Parts: sequence; C-alpha cells; structure tokens
Amino acid sequence: MIKRIEKDFARFREIIKGQIRKDLRKYVTHGEMIGKRGKYAVSIPLPSIRIPTFRYGKNDRSGVGQGEGEPGTPIAAGDPQEGGGQAGDQPGEHLLEIDVTLDELAQILGEELELPRIQPRGKSTMYADRDRYNAISRAGPESLRHFKRTYREALKRTLAMGQYDPDNPIIIPVREDKRYRSWKVKQVPQNNAVIVYMMDVSGSMGEEQKEIVRTEAFWIDTWLRSQYKKLETRYIVHDASAKEVDRETFFSIKESGGTKISSAFGLCSEIIRKSFNPAEWNIYPFHFSDGDNWGSEDTRKCLDLLNESILPQVNVFCYGQVKSAYGSGQFKKDLDEHFKDSDRLITSEIRDKSGIYGSIKDFLGKGR
Amino acid sequence: MASATRRKAKTGRFTGGLRGIEEEILGAARAFGLDPLPTVFELITHDQLNEVAAYGGFPTRYPHWRFGMQFEELQKGYTFGLSKIYELVINNDPCYAYLMNSNTLVDQKMVIAHVYGHSDFFKNNLWFSQTNRRMIDEMANHGTRIRRHIERHGEKTVEEFLDAALSLEWLIDYHSVYSPLRKRTRYEFDEEEETASVQRLKTDRDYMDRYINPPAYLEAQRRKIQERTQQQRKFPEQPMKDVLEFLIEHAPVENWQRDILSTVREEGYYFAPQALTKIMNEGWATYWHSKLMTEKILGDAEIVDFADHHSATLGVQPGALNPYKLGVELWRDIEERWNKGRFGSEYELCDDLARKRSWDLRLGEGREKIFEVRRIYNDVTFIDDFLTKEFCEEQKLFVYRHNPQSNRYEISDRDFEAIKKSLLFRLTNMGHPIIQVVDANFQNRSELLLKQVHEGVDLDLEEAKDAMKNIQRIWKRPVNLQTQTEDQVKLLTFDGQKHLEEDLSTPVA
Repeated sequence: MIKRIEKDFARFREIIKGQIRKDLRKYVTHGEMIGKRGKYAVSIPLPSIRIPTFRYGKNDRSGVGQGEGEPGTPIAAGDPQEGGGQAGDQPGEHLLEIDVTLDELAQILGEELELPRIQPRGKSTMYADRDRYNAISRAGPESLRHFKRTYREALKRTLAMGQYDPDNPIIIPVREDKRYRSWKVKQVPQNNAVIVYMMDVSGSMGEEQKEIVRTEAFWIDTWLRSQYKKLETRYIVHDASAKEVDRETFFSIKESGGTKISSAFGLCSEIIRKSFNPAEWNIYPFHFSDGDNWGSEDTRKCLDLLNESILPQVNVFCYGQVKSAYGSGQFKKDLDEHFKDSDRLITSEIRDKSGIYGSIKDFLGKGR
Repeated sequence: MASATRRKAKTGRFTGGLRGIEEEILGAARAFGLDPLPTVFELITHDQLNEVAAYGGFPTRYPHWRFGMQFEELQKGYTFGLSKIYELVINNDPCYAYLMNSNTLVDQKMVIAHVYGHSDFFKNNLWFSQTNRRMIDEMANHGTRIRRHIERHGEKTVEEFLDAALSLEWLIDYHSVYSPLRKRTRYEFDEEEETASVQRLKTDRDYMDRYINPPAYLEAQRRKIQERTQQQRKFPEQPMKDVLEFLIEHAPVENWQRDILSTVREEGYYFAPQALTKIMNEGWATYWHSKLMTEKILGDAEIVDFADHHSATLGVQPGALNPYKLGVELWRDIEERWNKGRFGSEYELCDDLARKRSWDLRLGEGREKIFEVRRIYNDVTFIDDFLTKEFCEEQKLFVYRHNPQSNRYEISDRDFEAIKKSLLFRLTNMGHPIIQVVDANFQNRSELLLKQVHEGVDLDLEEAKDAMKNIQRIWKRPVNLQTQTEDQVKLLTFDGQKHLEEDLSTPVA
C-alpha cells in the first residue's frame, strides 16, 4: 500500500517544480539563486512556499534568551527568530532549501524554453562497456558470496564423496565450493558529448561578464547532461595566447592584454583532434567574448579555422557575445556575415544578466 | 550494530520487557500522584515517526501538500543528524504515544516516563478540558470527508480552497471554548447543497438554450438569490476574533467549502491548548521523567546515559529559549518556594537579603502547589504569577534585540520587568497577531473590514497581503485590513485584482 505521506510528498514536489518553473527566468538570470551544487542535484532556496498567514514582521526582532553575557554581547546562535522565545508549536521559519536533481532541472528548463531533444550523431557506432552483476566466479570477496550456489557445490561434493548422512545433513563448504557473484562486461550503445568552453579573459572582460558566462555555462551543462549519457567539459582561456585550464581557473582567472581569438580556436581544434574523434563524440564548442579582436587579420584567421577544422567536426559551434564597456562587438558581425547560411554556427548577444535566458534558447533551441 | 549485521527492529505494540517497564513506570507515577489517561505505546521506525509527526500526530489526517513539506524537513533533519524526535504524544482518550524503535532502553524508559507526564497534563489541565478526546477518530473523519470533496470537486479546486482556508487557521478565538455562551464546536451540513448560483437546465443544443433557459427568468432568479444572500448577511455586533466562524456563517461559499473551513477551525481549536501550555506541559513532563527516573526506575548502570540524554534535552543556546528547560526550572522553583514558604507579602516585603536567602518556614506545600498549578494555569498566567526576579537572575535570562547598526542580535537587557514583558508578549495569543472582523458591510458595499489589534508590533505586510488575497477568495468581495506600521495607521485593501494601501488620519475601526 502506498503510504499517505508519499502522496502528499509527491504533491509538494510538484508544487515546488511549478514554483521553479514559474520563476525560472529569475533563477536563470541570477546565478546565485542556484545554491549549493552537488554532483546530481542542486539545492534551490525557495522563500515563499509556505501558506501566508498574519504574522509579526520586521520590528519584532527581539526575544528572551538564556546564558552569560553583558548587555551588548552579540549572541552566537544563528537566527534567533527561529523559535527564539516563541512558545508556539510552529516549527522555526526559514528558507526552504529544496534539492532538485539536475535531471529535473533540465526537464523544467527544456519545457519552459521549449528546447527540442537533441538528435545525437552516429549513435549506432558508439559503444561503452557496462558492468552487470549476473555472473558467477570461483573467487571473490566474502560479501559477494552466493549462498545457494556455494551450498549446492558443497552438497554435490559431500554426496560424491559419500559423506552425506541423511540423519545428520550437515554440509560444510570448503574453499573450493565457494561461489561468488561476479560481473560480465556488456557493451551498450552510448552517446558521448564534450563541451569545449572558450572565454576571452583579456582586460576588457570584467567580473560581471564572467558571471554571465558562469551562469550560462551552468545551464548549458545541465541541459546537455540530460541529453547525453556522458558529458565531458574542457576549458580554454585566451587573451593574445590560449591555454587549457580547469574549471576553477576558468571562472576565476584574470588576465590583461590583447585578444587573439584565433589562438583559442587553434587550441580547440587541437584538443578535438587529439582527444575527441568526431565519429564517437558530439562536440560543442562555446566561445564567449566581448567581441573585440586584434585586427581583421586575426579575424580572418579565425574564420579559416572555423571553416576548415572546427565546423566540420562539431554538432554546433556557439558564440556568445557578452556586452562590455570596452567591447566593440565587431566579431559577432563578422561571424554572422560570413556564416550566414551555416546551421552549424550560432551566435547570440548577451547584453546583461537578463539576456541569459534568451541566449540559452538561441544556443540550444535548434536541437543539434 | 552498523549495517553489516542489520537487525530487524521490532515495531508495534509493546511486548515482553518493555511491557513490564511500562507498568513499573506507571505504578511509580501513580504513587507520586500523577493521574494519566490510559496510554497506548507504539514502537515505530523513524520513517514512520517522521510521517506521523508531519501529520501533527494524526496519520489519518486529510491530504495536503504542507504535510509533505513537513515530512521532507523532518527526514532531512534526521538524515543529517540535526534533529531527532524521540517521542510523540497525542491528546486523546486513550492517549497514544509513538516511540522510535531505535531508541536505547534507557531512552525508552525516559520517554515513557515523559509521556506519562504529558498524559497526566492532558487529562488534568483545565485548558485541555474542552478538547475532543476522540480526536483520532475525528481527524480520520475529516480526512474521509475532504477526500470525498476531492472526488466530487477535483483535486485542484479543493486544494486551492484548503490553501486559502489554512491562511486563517490561527484566526480563532481560543478562549471562547470555555465560555458557556458558546453553542457549538463544529457545524453539520447537508451533503445536498443549496446552490448559491442559478441552476440552468442542461441542453447541448446551443440554439435551444435561450428557450430552455430564458435570460429574463435567469436574471430574476439571480436577483432573488442575491437578495436572499443580502438579507442573510449580518454584521458582527461586536468585533469578532473568530474570523473563521464568521466566514463559515456569512461568506458566500458552498457547503463543501464551509465544511473545509469548519474542519480547519475545529483542528485549530484542538491544537490551541497545546500551544497555550507549551512551557508548562514540556516542563511538567520533564520534571516527572527526571524525578521518576532518578528516584525510582533507573539502575546504577543506566544513570550516566540518562544524565547524558536528559542534559541534551535541557541544553540552552543563547538565542533560543528552551521550553523544556524554562518549564522544568520554573516547576522546581515553585515547588521549592512553597516548600519553604517563600511567598506572600511577608516574604516579598522583607528587605533583609540575608534573611530572605535563608528563608525557610518548612511548610512542605510544594508538591501540593505544583499539582494545583498544573490544574488551572496556562503559560501566560504561569509566567505572570511565578516568574520572579530571583529566578531570572539564577537562570541568567535576558532580552535580546536586533541591532540594526551591527546587523546582529545582541543582549539588550537583563532587567526583570523587561524579560517578563517580552515573554508575556510572546505568549499572548500564542505569539500570533490578533485580527478581528469589524465590519462585513464596510463602506456599505459588503466589503469585509478586518483590524489588527496593534500591540506595538507590526505585521509582516507582504505576507499579510497574501493572506488577504486568500480571504478575498472566500469572501468574494473586497477585503480591507486596518493595521499600523510604526505610528501610521494604514488601510490595506485587496479587491480581487490589486492591492491598495492608504494612510489613514483617523482609524476606520
């Protein structure tokens, strides 16, 4: 029988999801709304899920406590309003932190932005090894001992050796009798994806621009992860030269100096060539900059790189232009002009935080 | 006992050893003069206990998502080791007590003794005298009825109305149950309802509709119904604190909706005494479990474990007042004072501190006094009568206040009067603002006028607006609330579409 609470709990989860859906634009726009992020879930603070009642407000911030201290001593406890002197039987009030799995979040994102499911490329050719515990072996850890099989072997041996006594049917297994559960390796079709994030970290990209990129990257990760079994991410930063970094560095590094976008594109195609065979991987390069590049010479080099070595390999190449006080925004114009008819290149302009919502839709809305 | 040797813990009624312990503790409790209700103990797992707790003690309660929310919070608290419920007692006859099956034996003994303390309090405290002692059955009935409404009117419709009704769950006049003038605790309604809207005859041929349901006739009927409801609408002769009752009697809602309002109201009245006597009740149970354990029940080997767990329940954090601690200390203080005769004008007027300190008339009336207090007091009168200056000093009580400059909470005062005032304010109306219905035909437009009886503390206006929205859903006409922020009297209005806010120079109510 299904427990009563499970129904109410399910309904509660549904309401939460509705709430997140309703406020999705807010959550997408403010990176900090997504609180702690774990491997499979994020926790989202929801302020107003409780039923509204008449209650005392702000100037009720006092109460009675117990302990040492002179007047003026700060009290160490968190927020003393949580039950502080309150003799009601209501539980303490606080923000509700709700764990939502990344899958659920991706689903909400997909539904709200009307993102199409991605058709992976070449899925028939890609296989991955999966372990299945459906075999028996003669060696193994005791915790995986297969009791029935072990008993059967011991019984067989005892019978064969004529030691079986029906009146006293004690079977003692020896080491040779023992059987253990074991695994078989099975090949299952799998589609893999890799995201190569590139970001311009030259002087003109400020904190706000990076925050936009960070937020956007979170949502792109979330969506693509829901579409592929396995998702890898690589990070490239560049100013006048490019280098590969880890995630932490990617979002915190601060460089100065000029901008040569071609350096990043070169490194990107190098990474793809070395580690990600396009026949096995769905490849998504994302590039973020403020649109400034070092002269038209370098831009031409970028276009060549895209044309020759990047676009033929990838599912789609996305360029996000984050508006900054210094950026000219020329690069997007160049790309748009040059790749007018290409469906493998998407550009999007992100004016400020509120532009994130639209640009995610630009990038992922094509279902490639 | 880790997962390696997973032990199947028993659940269900007490058997064997615990049964004997239960009887031993009950015998000892009776010998001390406790008179608990017959009490049924159930051992359950932590999942089950959290479920029962999420439903406020009644697993058969009506379905609503907020219980699911409560459950999630309890489960999280338990999983992360932040909070753990040892026991749950239900005020009912027989009294039901749920114990967690993973408690150690010492814990179980302590909890059983604690439960008898509560059970005695439920039975003998005046403020519980009007509660329904068959509440477990009643809650199940509520559950059944609301499930029936859901079947009939749809999950969403009923949930929306329940959400609105629950906004009002504290708007009852919990003193009224002790009044001989009070006629009823719950309302009975016919299942067949008299519709408030004009009944149309059904037709699936659109072109026939105007012959089968002539517009003129419909209009006449509508007016008639309107007139009738207009007549039925009365204004409260005096401001009414029981907003729920007022809405049940006068709001233009259907009978199933009235039934929901009535359910929420009845449960509100049932739970009110527990909120009214939190400090006394927890203190009383703690006083007795401590006395029973240390004097009668515990073996030598158990005393350290007991002391450990007992002290955990009495732990204090600077920012939060522990009702167990405050309660038990007050009970002990009363007992000591009446044992030594430290009361009355002679003692109070004595200004020789040394003499006061060693004051002992050897009256020995302490036990008798605490039983008397247990019978007729509630938290407000308890604090008002028995909180003394000496007690506050000894217990190191203080008032804290939010300091806007440093944006933190700071100790602001150790003055006895300030502490008492702050405590009493917290306990008044169970810590909720007092809201009254003042006028049901406000501005002669059958708008509802509510009023906060302002005691110096303002409402949370944003949340109040949301609550008004919910009341408007029930009342249907615009809802007004007169309140006050700092010194400015304000009138909030919600007309069904938008919120208005107006500063008043003269109060309307």
